[in-house]
Amino acid sequence: MKRTSPILLFALAVLFFAFFVAIVGNMFTPHGASQQNLLARLKPPAFMTGSNPNFPLGTDRIGRDMVARLIAGLQMSLSVAIAGTIIGAVLGSLVGFMAAHFRGWVDEALMMLVDFQASLPFILITLTLLAFFGNSMTLFVLLMGLFGWEKYARLSRGVVLSAVNQPYAKAIVALGAGNGRLYIRHILPNIASALIVQVTLTFPQIILLETSLSFLGLGIQAPQTSLGQILGDGRDYLSTAWWISVWPGAVIFLVTLSMSIVGDWLRDRLDPMLRERAT
Amino acid sequence: MSNERLSIENLDVQLPTGADRTFAVEGLSLSVAKGEILCIVGESGSGKSLTALATMGLLPSNLGKPQGRVMFEGQDLLTIDDATRRSITGRRIAMIFQEPMAALNPIFRVGEQVAETFRIHTDLPRSDIRRKVIELFGEVNLPDPEQIYHSYPHQLSGGQCQRVMIATALALDPSVLIADEPTTALDVTTQAQILKLMLDLRAKHDTGIIFITHDFGVVAEIADRVAVMKMGKLIEIGPRDEILNHPREDYTRSLLAAVPTLARRQERKGLGNPVLLARNIVKTFTRAGGFGGTRTVKAVDNIDLTIRRGETLGLVGESGSGKSTLAQCVIRLVQPESGDITISGGDFSSLSGKALREARRKVQIVFQDPYTALDPRQKIGDAIAEGPMIHGLGKKASTARALDLLEACGLDRSAGDRFPHEFSGGQRQRICIARALAVEPELLIADESVSALDVSVQAQVLKLLADMQARLGFGILFITHDLRVASQICDNIAVMKGGRIVERGDPATLFGAPKENYTKELLAAVPGKSWRHHAEAATALDDIREDAP
Repeated sequence: MKRTSPILLFALAVLFFAFFVAIVGNMFTPHGASQQNLLARLKPPAFMTGSNPNFPLGTDRIGRDMVARLIAGLQMSLSVAIAGTIIGAVLGSLVGFMAAHFRGWVDEALMMLVDFQASLPFILITLTLLAFFGNSMTLFVLLMGLFGWEKYARLSRGVVLSAVNQPYAKAIVALGAGNGRLYIRHILPNIASALIVQVTLTFPQIILLETSLSFLGLGIQAPQTSLGQILGDGRDYLSTAWWISVWPGAVIFLVTLSMSIVGDWLRDRLDPMLRERAT
Repeated sequence: MSNERLSIENLDVQLPTGADRTFAVEGLSLSVAKGEILCIVGESGSGKSLTALATMGLLPSNLGKPQGRVMFEGQDLLTIDDATRRSITGRRIAMIFQEPMAALNPIFRVGEQVAETFRIHTDLPRSDIRRKVIELFGEVNLPDPEQIYHSYPHQLSGGQCQRVMIATALALDPSVLIADEPTTALDVTTQAQILKLMLDLRAKHDTGIIFITHDFGVVAEIADRVAVMKMGKLIEIGPRDEILNHPREDYTRSLLAAVPTLARRQERKGLGNPVLLARNIVKTFTRAGGFGGTRTVKAVDNIDLTIRRGETLGLVGESGSGKSTLAQCVIRLVQPESGDITISGGDFSSLSGKALREARRKVQIVFQDPYTALDPRQKIGDAIAEGPMIHGLGKKASTARALDLLEACGLDRSAGDRFPHEFSGGQRQRICIARALAVEPELLIADESVSALDVSVQAQVLKLLADMQARLGFGILFITHDLRVASQICDNIAVMKGGRIVERGDPATLFGAPKENYTKELLAAVPGKSWRHHAEAATALDDIREDAP
């Protein structure tokens, strides 16, 4: 096996650390994420003059600890992204499989929906729906799930169509296998690598979408928080208290980048033929 | 030799580390003279194609730079700079490939593509180029050269595309022509025409031709000299008659022994009740035509088939004759428009849903390409055990049956734990046969199942099929384009053309006294029929036949 690249190790470490902190981090912070300290407002991080040793990454405009805020934000952002990715991947793949299996008018109708969504900027759809129905956590997560389903649908339809025409698929049908066995046991594992790569592409995109919406004030609502919301919070203080925006920005950047690197590696890794060649 | 055109001296091509051997081509020396046809024969992986590619400077970049010398007109092609080499290859040394369709650019008219050769290498005006291209098309016997000039590759047949490729190769009157399996992908009758064309061209232009093939029938038809390669090394080289009739090396002898010939067998005694009764099968395909209209093709046109228990029925025909469609109708992977299919007395054609899935056990298929016929992500033990499990056998019993079958098919029991890509083509075909037999079918369809295999492997797989049939007594529908192979194993042969069966009978009658012109044409096109190889080879084939009672 080729030596694992240091970039990959770094990316894996970042992701591991991010998920670890998101899960257990808030047990170790002395301050709560929404606990205000009006006496310690806009304190800079520890390495700057005028800092407060209780707040190593500084505080925001109402004196909330940046460390606690970041952990809570990370937790929210990752959960929304995971939920959104799962919903999108399952829904989209299902649509793709159905289109490929039934062909004919089912295929055309489903693909028309796909084209419809692909031709509209998604952020416009979300803004309209959020404005119309009012914000709620459920709707927001559902919307995140709707992001990117059309990419899974298109992708899975194509790869399923080509996989079903492979002799091995025909041989399995000839053995008397039902559709469930054919699609889940044989086709899905064979196209999984394409879908996994798509997951690693949409996951960071959903984080970014959540960030944009929260930045605009339409996403996660206080008292809950997310990385995007913290980023938006710091918008008015960029010249005086840059740390409010820079910390969440840096976290978003590291997590999305790491996800993409790991995704690339996973694709190579999951293909038994590529794996054979590497050894 | 003073009239030597191209000589290869001590050619080495190194394989990347981790391959099964160090050199793809090792210490190879051979030469081709003016007006000579040198055939290079060998099994797949013997390095014959890489030798051609090394000569043309077309080796894939993961292989190292070839060592040795390739001398052409006093220059070593391996050491001259790229620009000089490009002026020689394509112009003085031309090459044609196995897949003519893939070698032509689908979005340009074929006339333009041939004309391009002239535009690159000469300063002729456009009208002259056009005239020359049309002349060339005439020379390679393309019908209606004017119209072909304006056709796109997809509008031509495989044979026509190969003629276009040959025309391209001949455009600048090359001194040496390298043909890499140019007829392997073609029908026998087309192959016979292309081989004749090669002989004509040699006579007319005195071109030195290096003809790479795996088919000794083709060698017998056209070669002046033969070079036999194995694992990258030259085994022996000599005049055709000497190699074919008195080979010095054991390897050559074993290759020759595996070459199928037209065997005039008769139907075996003691065939049982019909396992397949197919009546009036019709399948039509509708394609969009050029001007919004539709064109219908009767792929299968009112065909009747009967196969008895223990019988092997050969279905022979050229590509497009509908034989694969017929097979897919019989196994219900394609829904026939009309017709009744009865398998072992039970109706099969009108079943659907669960009843169809259960009945599918009775008829199984083995495909042509063993590389795509197995799920790449399933261990082969699981793949073979899957059929019995679908039909309700427990996991343990299914696995046991799978391992028994693996062994019966000549593979190790421990192989069950490995993935398909770890096996060779012949081994995979054995696995496919084991998978099909695991559900104990009444009828096995072999759709060109041995066509993609080397002759020696082909003989082994045929033997396996015959052995398993003798043990289990299923009927076989054996589809092939090769009459020689069909005659090795079939009790009866049906000749198919244009969706219809034009003639049927046992090999002895069919070959002895063919009634239809088409059958006669097919027989006449079988390469190497004038060549009778010695007794040793014939006995090796008898073994296969005798094992099957």
